[in-house]
Amino acid sequence: MTNLIEQAKHILLEPTGITDTALSQVMGHLLGKQIDQADLYFQATMQESWSLEDGQVKDASFNIDKGVGIRAISGEKTGFSYADDIIVPSLEQAAKAARSIAHSGHDASVKIAQRQANVPALYPDINPLDSISKQDKINILQQVDSIARNSDPRVKEVMATLAGSYEVVLVITQDGTFAADVRPLVRLNVRVIVEQEGRREQGSAGGGGRGAYDLVATPDTFRAYTEEAVRQALLNLEAVDAPAGTMPVVLGPGWPGVLLHEAVGHGLEGDFNRKGSSAFANSMNEQVASPLVTIVDDGTLPGRRGSLSIDDEGNQTQCTTLIENGILKNYMQDELNARLMGMQATGNGRRESYAHLPMPRMTNTYMLAGKSDPNEIISSVKKGIYAVNFAGGQVDITSGKFVFSTSEAYLIENGKVTTPVKGATLIGNGPEAMRKVSMVGNDLALDKGIGVCGKAGQSVPVGVGQPTLKVDELIVGGTQ
Amino acid sequence: MNNTEKLKKSVAFALDYAKTRGADQCEMALSHSTGLDVTARNADVETVEFTQDKGLGVTVFLGKQKATAGSSDTSQEAIKSTVDKAIEIAQHMQADEYAGLPEQSELATQFKDLDLFHPWDLSFDKAIEMAVELEQLACKQDIRIKQCDGAHVVSHTGTHVYGNSMGFLHASQSTRQSLSCVLIAEEDGKMQRDYWYDCKRDALDLFSIEKIAEIAAQRTTRRLNAKSIKTQKSPVVFDASTAAGLLSSFISAISGGALYRKSSFLCDHLNKQVFAPHINIQEDPFVLKGLGSGNYDAEGVRTQQRDIVKDGVLQGYVLSSYSARRLGMQTTGNAGGVHNLMITPGEHDLTGLLQTMDKGLYITELMGQGVNIITGDYSRGATGFWVENGQIQYPVEGITVAGNLRDMFKNITAVGKDIDDRGNIITGSILLSEMMIAGS
Repeated sequence: MTNLIEQAKHILLEPTGITDTALSQVMGHLLGKQIDQADLYFQATMQESWSLEDGQVKDASFNIDKGVGIRAISGEKTGFSYADDIIVPSLEQAAKAARSIAHSGHDASVKIAQRQANVPALYPDINPLDSISKQDKINILQQVDSIARNSDPRVKEVMATLAGSYEVVLVITQDGTFAADVRPLVRLNVRVIVEQEGRREQGSAGGGGRGAYDLVATPDTFRAYTEEAVRQALLNLEAVDAPAGTMPVVLGPGWPGVLLHEAVGHGLEGDFNRKGSSAFANSMNEQVASPLVTIVDDGTLPGRRGSLSIDDEGNQTQCTTLIENGILKNYMQDELNARLMGMQATGNGRRESYAHLPMPRMTNTYMLAGKSDPNEIISSVKKGIYAVNFAGGQVDITSGKFVFSTSEAYLIENGKVTTPVKGATLIGNGPEAMRKVSMVGNDLALDKGIGVCGKAGQSVPVGVGQPTLKVDELIVGGTQ
Repeated sequence: MNNTEKLKKSVAFALDYAKTRGADQCEMALSHSTGLDVTARNADVETVEFTQDKGLGVTVFLGKQKATAGSSDTSQEAIKSTVDKAIEIAQHMQADEYAGLPEQSELATQFKDLDLFHPWDLSFDKAIEMAVELEQLACKQDIRIKQCDGAHVVSHTGTHVYGNSMGFLHASQSTRQSLSCVLIAEEDGKMQRDYWYDCKRDALDLFSIEKIAEIAAQRTTRRLNAKSIKTQKSPVVFDASTAAGLLSSFISAISGGALYRKSSFLCDHLNKQVFAPHINIQEDPFVLKGLGSGNYDAEGVRTQQRDIVKDGVLQGYVLSSYSARRLGMQTTGNAGGVHNLMITPGEHDLTGLLQTMDKGLYITELMGQGVNIITGDYSRGATGFWVENGQIQYPVEGITVAGNLRDMFKNITAVGKDIDDRGNIITGSILLSEMMIAGS
């Protein structure tokens, strides 16, 4: 951590000549009698993206974003300002603006000290953009293209994007302590379009995580993503219209955990529960799901896309049990909501960037494995849907209604997986759907690392996962 | 020198610098915006955000090799290093025969005053006062309103400069003001959320906070005690805000990127019947104070007033210069999207439209991403009301509506005159003769 703090100061503060004394002064302006919490969040992000289309890598972009977000909280009130010039006058001005939330009070005196916290890093402190050469990035994308095109003559278009970001964060909290993080993030996405007798369909796949490009760019990994995208696209050529109505749904392992993210995860974020706007509000220690259901949010998985060594408020992330055997055990909390609810922060305070306010957000959210054999789960269904891949979802946390769209799904007829069906929206109510989970498989899997979660206009990378599971009743929004 | 002139000078500097570094062509956009965003909850201010965003994006072409770089730092040093970075990456790129800036003759030369700049003299204290008043008014509308989940007063002012190496260099200034209110109502232990907002260039044109509070409360309480309906085929009315989403799917399907990748169900549909014969859709970039108004697109190409659909027949695509070259066509001035898309309203207001439908589903909210532009397959979660004898009977939730956009566009039987002009797509409610509803 100390090493990371030095690294972060070197990158964020040294070029601008900002000293600890100057920081003490800015923090002093920010604090006052009525201010309960305050922080300075320095961040520098470098991002790149390389795209292939028509067999050629002919689009690339590179972006640098650097700035400081300054926040002061008084009771439930938050004042926030940010600047993309990391210079003392901008800091002072932003601090005054943020503190305007509390109408009076005198400057406080703060001594900036270094925190010697021993937080283990969950990923290397490298810049992944430099982890392979530009030519290698181009070669990888071209190999993706040739793998896809050689795998089947029906492949007509191949689009692939290799993207990486390098983020350096320095958080200084009201008691003058520092926390820092260096966060590499990479991903590779492959999308193919196939055609057969005039019908066109698509398939997509990809993966990523926190580390160097070798996470996604070894021949085995990019081959696997590419073959998966082609397989899905070809399968969609055979897909028939989905049925319409209420029926049992078996969800496959891994990425279908997006169901949990939507149906349960958002509803267990601290802010919605403090405000009483979540369908799960005031349900602590109550049975909110089937006894088969245990769900955790775990920010500590090494190298995973949703993981963080520290959150954006400088707190170490943790594995928080949200629901245990169906009983609601905990919420995901940032500092503000934890304090107002008299609970502990859980290391879930996240923000898209210095220009956004932190709020409780998920990291990697997944359901623990159960005891059922996945085959046994499928054979228990007479007529239903087996959904193994999803395009995305959305939730209304107040009514609990969630939807998600299948991108690979099949009919289950008399206990057997049969015909693939076209993309259909599944809709349910979070708490109700969780009570209707009747079987949980022993095959827990996490997603491949390309998830993005949006909340209040802010996007952050997340992970999801689950074993195969059966929900006795969901509405399937097909046309037949 | 004012701020706009400074920004223009920065762009001119970048374009010159790129030339000295060997770029054959270059374009650059530079924007600077500031704003105030105040939220009230529980009869008090909850958050105050002072926003100020700067950003530059530069694209360089080395022959037919292209790369883009951007930075939040707009200093001269940062501009140089951003251009350098773009050139460094472009050297590695493969040539794209279609890459390049638009033709000189396509660039905008006339710049009408579109009346987009109306700074709001809104003090910090006044903004807080308005937000709190809106919150309080909304909470008082109905005893079933449990709480306000945020009353927002937002004011933004922005300057955008675009320039390219063909001599185009222009600045535009605009403002965007909005009021919004999110409410939660509760009855029998079940909660519902809904909201209302208004967004305009000029604060004087905004709905009053009284009106926003009233509509938000009405929309939220009417959702209480919603139930599912049985699986069936039925006519549906998309209200004006969800109808805008339907038209936005249409725009995606006629956009250059989807067309040249042959990944649209509307490929090769130019001059063909796409909508019912009574449907007319226009684009008008020159609406005064319009949220989608502009004299030029993201490449400096002049925008145009035009018919996109006439008597149900597709008249034109939505193209940038790149996608146009890929398709062997001409840019339509739509790099960056459409500018005020408007569907011609019919004779009925919403009440008349529901009466015309007689029996069916009135949709007020859609959820999820279940729209496949390649195939036209459409399946989304819906919330709304069941209508019989032209009258709203009860609220409905937890259902999906599904169909194929190909059929849905042709099945439009009427467009309402209850125009929603709070966005770039301007439409009234839309009546469709049949969709598949999945429910209990």
